[in-house]
Amino acid sequence: MSEALIQLAGNLSHPAILGFGLGVLAFFLRGDVRLPESVHAALASYLLLAIGLKGGVALTSTPGGELALPILVTLALGCATPVWCYAALRRMLGFSVPDAAALAAHYGSASIVTFTASVAYLEALGVPHESFMSALVAILEVPAILIAILLARRSHGSTAPLSLVLREVLTGRSILLLAGGMLMGLLTGAEGMRKVEPFFVAPFAGALTLFLMDMGAIAASRMRDLGQVGGRLIAFAILAPLAHAVVGAWLGKAAGLSVGGTALLATMAASASYIAAPVAVRLALPTANPALYLTAALALTFPLNLVIGIPFHAMLAHAFHD
Amino acid sequence: MTDEAATVPLHLVTIVAESVLEARLLELLGASGARGWTVSEARGRGSRGVRASEWEGRNVRIETLVTPAVSERVVAALARDYFPHYAVIAFVDEVRVVRGEKYA
Repeated sequence: MSEALIQLAGNLSHPAILGFGLGVLAFFLRGDVRLPESVHAALASYLLLAIGLKGGVALTSTPGGELALPILVTLALGCATPVWCYAALRRMLGFSVPDAAALAAHYGSASIVTFTASVAYLEALGVPHESFMSALVAILEVPAILIAILLARRSHGSTAPLSLVLREVLTGRSILLLAGGMLMGLLTGAEGMRKVEPFFVAPFAGALTLFLMDMGAIAASRMRDLGQVGGRLIAFAILAPLAHAVVGAWLGKAAGLSVGGTALLATMAASASYIAAPVAVRLALPTANPALYLTAALALTFPLNLVIGIPFHAMLAHAFHD
Repeated sequence: MTDEAATVPLHLVTIVAESVLEARLLELLGASGARGWTVSEARGRGSRGVRASEWEGRNVRIETLVTPAVSERVVAALARDYFPHYAVIAFVDEVRVVRGEKYA
């Protein structure tokens, strides 16, 4: 069995990925495994806060100099991807201004859940990674959303004042929890983290599995819309993450990250946001069609990254480090 | 037995909207002169199936008791800013409210 197949098999047998598969399967069997909405929201809050906490604690033990370059490349990634995505979607694929901007926001931003699944995969393989990576994913989430919204406003105008848009992006639940968790981790440090470890660390993988099962059912329900979004968008939703993964892995190596860290940066770059971006985009770009950006990010890019992307990103990282 | 004298005629404005709009709509109500409101989660089906986010919740139902002048302002703002692009419905009932002076 080749290396690629071993990696893929390792990923597919992870409980979290199997949970996702169960959610998808249940949807197509017309069974009901959906969690109540409030449980889904609570699990999402738990995962975001736990990731923030872990990242914050990691920052307390990382010398500032070591962080500078990784933060810089993450910011560069977050600023560059929405611009080229927007240009490609507008010029090459012929999308309208609001639709191109909405998609650029999603694909430039990052999916925390995909990132988390990648962490779980690397941990199962015993590949170490920099513990401050979850701080980077928080950093990557915001700029693309703002830049894409600005791009659309430049050529289209908008009803909502910019300050309102900014406030809504920054005080969205996912960003508040992630950044808030990080601040809590920074303040409390490793000492304080030990007090909440039994709740925020040990059950994390189990909670992720449950959450991904629900996401599987949600993603599957969107897959029905794939027929309507058109070939151009399907091609973009498959190819853009591949290109982003290569750029992410290259930047990770250039910034001096380990193999694990490089793989995670590739995953972050390849993933498309479907928690923070949809809410911000819905409010700031109301004329963009949610059926396009939600279906692309949730029904195509998310499952592809989860199942095939994550082991592929690990292989990319190995390739860049060899 | 209803005591007509103890009730005041008011407008009950009910708005059902995708829940990402909740904060904006409540701001609109406050700015238009509503003194209070009730918000509940809602489920249902309408002409627009798609919601921006599954985990922010699907729909909210906002009810507020206001004077006719306020209800007119609210409905006008909804029609201008929200009806064209968002999943929002709104309707106005004429109701008689006990202790109505609280709302006017």
